[in-house]
Amino acid sequence: MINIAGHHRILSHDTINKIATLILWASAAVTISFLVYIIGFIIIKGIGVINISFLLESPRMSGAEGGIFNAIVGTLCLVAIAIITAVPIGVGAAIFLIEYATDNPVTRMITFGVECLAGIPSIVIGLFGYAFLVVYLGLGFSILSGGLSLMFMILPWTVRASEEAIKTVPMELKEGSLALGATKWQTIVQIVLPEALPGITTGVILGTGKAIGETAVIMYTAGSSLLLPHSISDPVRALPYHLYILVSEGISEDMAYGSAVVLLVMILIINVMAIGIQKMCNRRRK
Amino acid sequence: MKNNERIIESLLFLSAITALVIVSMILIFLLKEGGPFLLRTGISDFILGMKWNPDPVAGEPAYGIFPMIVGSVYIATGSLIFAVPLGVSCAVFLVEVAPIWVQSVIRRGIELLVGIPSVVLGFFGLVLLVPLIREYFGGYGFSILAGSIILGIMALPHIISISADAIAAVPNAHKEASYALGATRWHTIWNVTLPSAKSGIIAAVILGMGNSIGETMAVLMVAGNSTVLPEPIIDVLDPVMTMTANIVIGMNYATGEYQEALFATGIILFLMIVILNGISYHMLRSGKIIQ
Repeated sequence: MINIAGHHRILSHDTINKIATLILWASAAVTISFLVYIIGFIIIKGIGVINISFLLESPRMSGAEGGIFNAIVGTLCLVAIAIITAVPIGVGAAIFLIEYATDNPVTRMITFGVECLAGIPSIVIGLFGYAFLVVYLGLGFSILSGGLSLMFMILPWTVRASEEAIKTVPMELKEGSLALGATKWQTIVQIVLPEALPGITTGVILGTGKAIGETAVIMYTAGSSLLLPHSISDPVRALPYHLYILVSEGISEDMAYGSAVVLLVMILIINVMAIGIQKMCNRRRK
Repeated sequence: MKNNERIIESLLFLSAITALVIVSMILIFLLKEGGPFLLRTGISDFILGMKWNPDPVAGEPAYGIFPMIVGSVYIATGSLIFAVPLGVSCAVFLVEVAPIWVQSVIRRGIELLVGIPSVVLGFFGLVLLVPLIREYFGGYGFSILAGSIILGIMALPHIISISADAIAAVPNAHKEASYALGATRWHTIWNVTLPSAKSGIIAAVILGMGNSIGETMAVLMVAGNSTVLPEPIIDVLDPVMTMTANIVIGMNYATGEYQEALFATGIILFLMIVILNGISYHMLRSGKIIQ
C-alpha cells in the first residue's frame, strides 16, 4: 500500500498492531503449552506404574522391581532437616534486615551474601557439602549432611520470602504496639510475625518444593543407600537421585516414569497449598 | 529486659550473616581443595588446556577444561537464543496485553514451571527430545541442541518474571504520552516501553546466562558429555560436556589429584557465576527494579 504522502508502507499501523498482538498471545500460549505438555507427557506415561505397592514397597534389585518407598522416606527426611534449620535462620535474618538493620556497609554485605548464595550452582553447594560436612566435620554421607547442604540452597529463598512478608506489615500496627509501651521484640513476636505468617508460610512451602526436586546438592552429601535410615547419621537416597540412577544406569524406564510422576505430584500439591494460603490471607485482608 | 533485647538482636544478627558466612566458607573450601592443584597445574593451562584425561591407563594425566567451558557457554547461549525472545514477548504480553484472568493463569504456570525438578526435565528431554533430534536432524541425539532447548525451558520462567518486573516499572506517564501522540499499542511497546525496560531485560538475560551455566542435572542427561570440542565448532548436533556435568560424573570415582581438579573446576564455575550475577544484580539495583 502506498499512501498519498509518498510513505512506502506495506502494512498499515493498525495491521502491524494486530499482528504483534497475535504474536504476543502466541508466545504466552507456547509457554503454557510447554508446561502442559511436559507434565501431561510424564503423567500419561507414568500413571500406569503408580499403585499402593509402588508407593509403599521397598525397592528390590536396585529399583528395577518393588517400589520407591525408601526413596520417598529419604526425600522427606532430607527436606525436613533443611526446612527445620532454614526457617529459624531465614526468618531471623529477615527480621534483622527489615526491623533492625540500617543502611550501612555491613547491611549491604549481608544482602550481597544472600544474593550470592542464591546464585551459586547446586553442584558447587554439593561439592562444598561434601568437603565440609561429609569429610571435614566427619558427618559422612548422611541425612544430616544432605539436609544441611539443602538448607544452604534454600536459605536465600527463605530470607527473601520472609523479607517480602514482613515488609507488608503496616507501619501503624507496629507504631501502635510500640506506643502502648511494648518493646521492639514484643512488637515483633506479637504483631509483626502473626501478620507476616501467611507470607512466610507460602515462602517456606515453595522452598520445600525446591528442596524436594533438588538432586546435585544431595548426590555427594546424602549418599545413595536404598536401606531405610534409622537415625540422621544414616545415608539415604532421595527420590530425584533415585530417578537419575534408574535412568542413567538403564535400570528401568517404567520405574523412572513412576518416580517422575510422584515427584511432579508432590510439586503440584506444594503449589496448590501455596496458592491456597495466598488466597486465604487475601480474603482475610479484605 | 534491656539485656534480653540485646541478646535477641545479636541472635538475629547472627542469622542474618549466616548466608554470607556460608558463601565465604564455600569459597574457602573450594580454594582449600582445588587451589593448590590450580597453582601447580597453572591457571591458564587448566582453563585453556584442550585435553581432559584425568585417569589415563598409561602416561601422564591431562587436566584441560577448555572444551567444557566452551560446552557450558555454548549451551547457555543456545538456551537464551531460544528463551529470550519467547520470554520477553511473554513478559510484554503479561504486563501490557493480557486480561486479568489470563495473567493469573500465566503467573501460576510460571510458578509451576520453576517447580519442575531439573532431573524430571532432563528425563523428559532424554525420552522425548533426544530421540526426536536423532530422527529428524541426525547425529547422536544427545547434543548441544537438546541441552539448549531443555535449559531454555528452565530459563523461561526466570526471564519472564524479571522482564515483567522491568516492564511494569516503566512509568505510565511515558506510555500515556505515546498513546496521546496517536501511537498504537504495539508502537508504544516497541518505541517506548521496551527501550525504557532495556536495562532490566538485559539484567534478566545475564542472570539467565548464569543460571544456565550453573544448571546440572538436566544438561547432564541430554548433552552427551563428550570432552572434546564439537567438530566443526558450529555443529549443534554434536555432544558436549559442561563444567557441571564434569563435576557430577567425576565425583563418582575421583580420588587424589583428579578430585582436586574437580574442585578447581568448581572454583572456575563459582567465579563465572558470581561475576555474571554481580553484574545483573548491580543493573537491577541501579535500575530500581529491585530494592
